[in-house]
Amino acid sequence: MDILFRAEHITKHYSGHCALDDVSITVPRQRIFGLLGPNGAGKTTLIRIINQIIAPDEGRLFLNNKALHPSDVKKIGYLPEERGLYKKMKVGEQAIYLARLKGISAGDARRQLRGWFEKFDLMPWWNKKVEELSKGMQQKVQFIITVLHKPDLLIFDEPFSGFDPINVNLLKKELLRLRQEGATIIFSTHNMGSVEELCDDIALINKSRKVLEGNIRDIRRQYAGQIYDVELESLDTPMENLLDSRYQVISTSRNNGLVQVRVKSRERTGSNELLRQLIDQVQVIGFNEHTPSMNEIFIKHVT
Amino acid sequence: MSHKIATIIKREYLSRVRKRSFIVMTILGPILMASLMVAPVILTQISDKTQEVGIVDDSGLFYYRFRDANNIRFTPLPSGIDQALELMRQGRFDAVLHIPEIAFESPSSLRLFSEKATNLNTKLYVENILKQEFEGLKLGAAGIDPEILRKVDTPVNIHAIRIKKDGLEQTDHPEVSMGLGFVSGILIYLFIFLFGSQVLRGVLEEKTSRIVEIIVSSVKPFQLMMGKILGVGLVGLTQFLIWIILTFAIVGTVRASMPELFHFTPDEQVFVTGSQVLNPQELQAQRDMIQQHDTQAGQIMQGLASINFPVMILSFIFFFLGGYLLYGALFAAIGSAVDSEADTQQFMLPVTIPLLFAFIMAQMVMSNPSGPVAFWLSMIPLTSPVIMMVRIPFGVPYTEVLLSAALLVAGFVFTTWLASRIYRTGILMYGKKVSYAELWKWIRHR
Repeated sequence: MDILFRAEHITKHYSGHCALDDVSITVPRQRIFGLLGPNGAGKTTLIRIINQIIAPDEGRLFLNNKALHPSDVKKIGYLPEERGLYKKMKVGEQAIYLARLKGISAGDARRQLRGWFEKFDLMPWWNKKVEELSKGMQQKVQFIITVLHKPDLLIFDEPFSGFDPINVNLLKKELLRLRQEGATIIFSTHNMGSVEELCDDIALINKSRKVLEGNIRDIRRQYAGQIYDVELESLDTPMENLLDSRYQVISTSRNNGLVQVRVKSRERTGSNELLRQLIDQVQVIGFNEHTPSMNEIFIKHVT
Repeated sequence: MSHKIATIIKREYLSRVRKRSFIVMTILGPILMASLMVAPVILTQISDKTQEVGIVDDSGLFYYRFRDANNIRFTPLPSGIDQALELMRQGRFDAVLHIPEIAFESPSSLRLFSEKATNLNTKLYVENILKQEFEGLKLGAAGIDPEILRKVDTPVNIHAIRIKKDGLEQTDHPEVSMGLGFVSGILIYLFIFLFGSQVLRGVLEEKTSRIVEIIVSSVKPFQLMMGKILGVGLVGLTQFLIWIILTFAIVGTVRASMPELFHFTPDEQVFVTGSQVLNPQELQAQRDMIQQHDTQAGQIMQGLASINFPVMILSFIFFFLGGYLLYGALFAAIGSAVDSEADTQQFMLPVTIPLLFAFIMAQMVMSNPSGPVAFWLSMIPLTSPVIMMVRIPFGVPYTEVLLSAALLVAGFVFTTWLASRIYRTGILMYGKKVSYAELWKWIRHR
């Protein structure tokens, strides 16, 4: 696997508390990497460390297999969670200024901005002050500024918070397109729906520690094989009496004369073993192995 | 990396210089300063309406002593006081002076009547004349010739000479030095406050608009802070230089276009023209007065000429920049530590107190510019920008200036270091009420 970015054994203490405790992540090239975790888990701290805004107490960072260097800010594009623009400054001028701080010449910046502004229908606003723009337009400008210098690594901290649904869709489309074109993307979120939709890989951080990392399909498969949804024609005795002690009944409900039972297997017995126990005693109409959603996995880990 | 600081400085500079408020201030400032210099000259030329004063002198001893003067015309009235007051009511006179028979024995019986509020100049003028007359009469009664007294009354005007170490003599002009020192001190104080709080507001703007995290992902927090401080400093410098140039230009133009206004005419000459006969003694007295006045005016001119303006302006620029960098860093640190302008108060106090203290002490320093208080306050970097500028017009040994300058540089290097440690943590900290203990932690944090 081609690795673009690695963080190894990152530890960061703030006065009084530990923000990150021995956290390592590996981000494959040209993938979308979800950084998950509840509020206060340490996601933003890790992202700030990757952006070299703050320094870790311990640990090492590698970009393209080389130790991260201050000049690498050029190769990284960052859209922070707390984001804004100078309200009194003109949009175009401000975009050029921020591009210049990334190390692009004013001429290049202007040329590339023109393309992006046209794509997002922002051109008429070039000479307007930022405060005259709607929130949605400001978000578009912020997005353009983040990706303008064609960074290898893009980092979005809670990109969907505060975006309206139209911009969320636009942003998702752009993220997928950017990946297509070769960019690697890290984004932090606690919106699990968008994780399943976009991410290839994830890392889950809880209480300053990494609790889970890997390819999202692998993880979901790993958590599958434990819960089964069974549909029965009828049920006269309690379900527990039909099964041995390796199974636990989570819920039973009746619907349209049918009985739905959710069963948890304590020992990963596999679906056949469960079926074998049931088939002789009741009429099985439906049987389904439940693949947990990222949301369930998330909740399981952080509670 | 340094071109990023340059980019930041450029933005900070241009965004402020293009503001309407900057342009207005830059133009209004010199006009205000120039008019402060020119207005008094012009105002004295504009004469008030002449005051008509009727004199009812029951004693008959004094009325002929009142000679018409600048803006005051006296008319002796032979009639009684009641008729005089009637004339005043009809509008013939602005005021009526009543000198009763017993005036000499009991001066408090003197009365100056008027319909409107009493004109202060008229009252002072009348009082002055009567005082002189009463004194003359009393001296005569005591057997002393008033002329002897007049001869005794000698105008004294000491020329202060300072002997420099190399043996050269130089005339000292404490009044001029005082004025210049005071103005420079105030200007430094104002500039530091004005542009220091611009730094504070700028940092706060970046923090509250949430743009700061976007920027610090491209540049180091220290670069952003220094870029802002230097950019605003250049704005201050630009404004100062434009002020100096425009002020001199305006004053010069007014002077060149209306030279007669600036031709010196002492008030006392008006007194002379009003009198028909001049006896030799009076003439001598006038001459003395004019001469004295002339030398005072001449001395101010001489004093201004003796001031080394290039040195003044250069040291002003140095101490302004030094003091501004020292305080600007502290202002930046405050801006980074708080969430809104309202929260700045608790941290502003310890920063403004030394500056305010220097401003207050400037008066004391002016009265003794080479004393120990002046020396120490011009060495401590927190007060030296203001105090040193107050002292420099009086002449300060070069070694002292250099020592003070070196300490000021050390001072701002230290405050910049201190501020950068608060700043890098503060700009990313939201929604937290910060205490001094917290700041101390930020400073110590690795």
